[in-house]
Amino acid sequence: MLLEELTAIAEKTRSERKEISVRCCMSSGCISSQAEEIKKALEMAVTEKNLGEKVEIRQVGCMGLCGKGPIVSVESEGLIYSDVTPENAASIIDALAGGKAVASQADPTHPFFTRQMLVVRSNGGRIDPDKIEDYIEAGGYSALYRVIHEYAPDQVINEVMKSGLRGRGGAGFPSGLKWSTVAKAKGDRKYIVCNGDEGDPGAFMDRSILEGDPHVVIEGMAIAGYAVGASLGYIYVRAEYPLAISRLQLAIKHAKRIGLLGDGIFDSTFNFNVEIRIGAGAFVCGEETALIASIEGRRGQPRPRPPFPAESGLWGRPTLINNVESLANIVPIINKGGEWYASLGTEKSKGTKVFALTGKIRNNGLIEVPMGITIRQIVEDLGGGTPDGKKIKAVQTGGPSGGCIPVELFDTPVDYESLMKVGSIMGSGGMVVMDEDTNMVDVAKFYMEFCVEESCGKCIPCRVGTVQMLNLLKMILERKATIRDLEALEELCEMVQNTSLCGLGQTAPNPVVSTLKYFRNEYLELLQPLPGEIIA
Amino acid sequence: MKAQKIALPSADKRWKIIDTKMRKLGYEPQALIETLHAVQEAFGFLETDALKWVSKSLRVPASKVYGVATFYNLFKLKPQGKHNCVVCLGTACYVKGAAKILEAIEQFTSIKSGETTGDKELSLLTARCIGACGIAPAVVYDGSPAGRLSPEGAIEKLKGYIHVA
Repeated sequence: MLLEELTAIAEKTRSERKEISVRCCMSSGCISSQAEEIKKALEMAVTEKNLGEKVEIRQVGCMGLCGKGPIVSVESEGLIYSDVTPENAASIIDALAGGKAVASQADPTHPFFTRQMLVVRSNGGRIDPDKIEDYIEAGGYSALYRVIHEYAPDQVINEVMKSGLRGRGGAGFPSGLKWSTVAKAKGDRKYIVCNGDEGDPGAFMDRSILEGDPHVVIEGMAIAGYAVGASLGYIYVRAEYPLAISRLQLAIKHAKRIGLLGDGIFDSTFNFNVEIRIGAGAFVCGEETALIASIEGRRGQPRPRPPFPAESGLWGRPTLINNVESLANIVPIINKGGEWYASLGTEKSKGTKVFALTGKIRNNGLIEVPMGITIRQIVEDLGGGTPDGKKIKAVQTGGPSGGCIPVELFDTPVDYESLMKVGSIMGSGGMVVMDEDTNMVDVAKFYMEFCVEESCGKCIPCRVGTVQMLNLLKMILERKATIRDLEALEELCEMVQNTSLCGLGQTAPNPVVSTLKYFRNEYLELLQPLPGEIIA
Repeated sequence: MKAQKIALPSADKRWKIIDTKMRKLGYEPQALIETLHAVQEAFGFLETDALKWVSKSLRVPASKVYGVATFYNLFKLKPQGKHNCVVCLGTACYVKGAAKILEAIEQFTSIKSGETTGDKELSLLTARCIGACGIAPAVVYDGSPAGRLSPEGAIEKLKGYIHVA
């Protein structure tokens, strides 16, 4: 593959485009609401109306407004249709020929769309994820070409350093630093691992990136491989994401076929291949050392660090592990420069973040916003408040490792440090809105049940501590506990946080700690008086 | 000991598919999880004979094979029903009433989560999050997710899939 060939593919694809492109969301969410039937209905209507010359129907990835899917958009006309059905789909085509569409419409000028800033998701909902030509037309793989032919590996790392990108898996470790550690580490072989084990319940950003734009992740991995000196990458994807897996398989096949993966990429000496490894349902495998164990075919149990995977990872070799969203940021950073990326967001948290906004909220779905936006802006402006006028009580971020942020603190800006200060974490990007009907003690129990089940059992504080905490929470909910039990719970939280081996255990008490901090009354109301104590 | 093919447990053609998978991965111990996926896909669950055979073929002690098979939630050691129904219990589904859906389905089918009906028609499972939070609460019927369900709606859908006596 040469640059001219890449440009030729882009131009050919562009010239074959029809005047009007009707985009039909084909991600898991919309497919479950008959998107495939809708696409067929749209195609039939185009044939019936004889509009084949002018109109094309394209399958695309997630457009974000998942709660109102299936979504169909006609960008040239500025139209977004929501809750489309196979029955009313044809009317969307009628409308292009002067008729009237009966499908309901979403307002493209709503803050849900206008307040977003698309960097990672700029291709999402625009290109056909099954067609490498679509990705190339959108500028794909030109960053890889430039990197191979115009950058030395340390210049690539320098660009990532300058961007200020931090790990999007939740912990926020500076990506540039990780890259340079792997680049400096000595080893006869090095590996790139893309962590697609998106296990946080309530988070689906990575699924949508893999389903909607798989090549951006593959290209990001190849660039990382060039920068640190690796020629093999693994994408570890949860088995719960079958569509993401099949789209990735196809994307890798296409990239190999035209020489964008394999030996001598772009007529250079750089070789890079990508393999998929499928998870088997273990939350702890999101932890990097556990994930490595799982790729090696073992039980996904973490090990103490150091040594960090950057120095001794997969099969003892230096390994760069980045999350899907982190890797999807690489192509934009190379294309527009690290400085441009660093100009977005806040002082310490650069760029944008994709969130899965779900729960009791009117506009359910995926949003990409600049760091530093407040929770209030996300929930009220983009999310549009609760659907039934109920009062919002809290937002939960960071899944089982995070915490609940009460409505009084909604002016907190969304960045790594601020969220930590209020007792939660950025996490991978789940944002679950809870209203007045949600019992916060029950929420704490919900997450603790999760941790009990997902604890790998290797270290005692997590294996036994989570079970004991769950028992105490159950006692409180059954109104069988006293203040002494609550004290024991708080003590246990501290112990498990301080003594567990990996992130799962260290953060397992967070949902309890944060609900105790902000909703202590809900716990106290459920307590029994101590023997001899008089209720006031 | 050099990697080599171990005789197939029986003439069943499905063993060949699994053997091909192992060969592709060089009969290396690291191929264990991929191989177990292949076994489950072919047979629906991981039977003891299969585990023993995989253990020999990949030169991984049987105890380790069993350890891996029981560590991951997705691997099943018991035969599953003809159909399956997975209720998502992720956070978004939870705040939108997934517990009521599970309760309704358990009542309707008279089995608990993790069990299979007596006639082997249906296995009822739960998932920690299927990533379809935008359409919560969600249930996956034989691999196809359905969203925005009520307890009644979930049962209606189930009736379309299976024949419950």
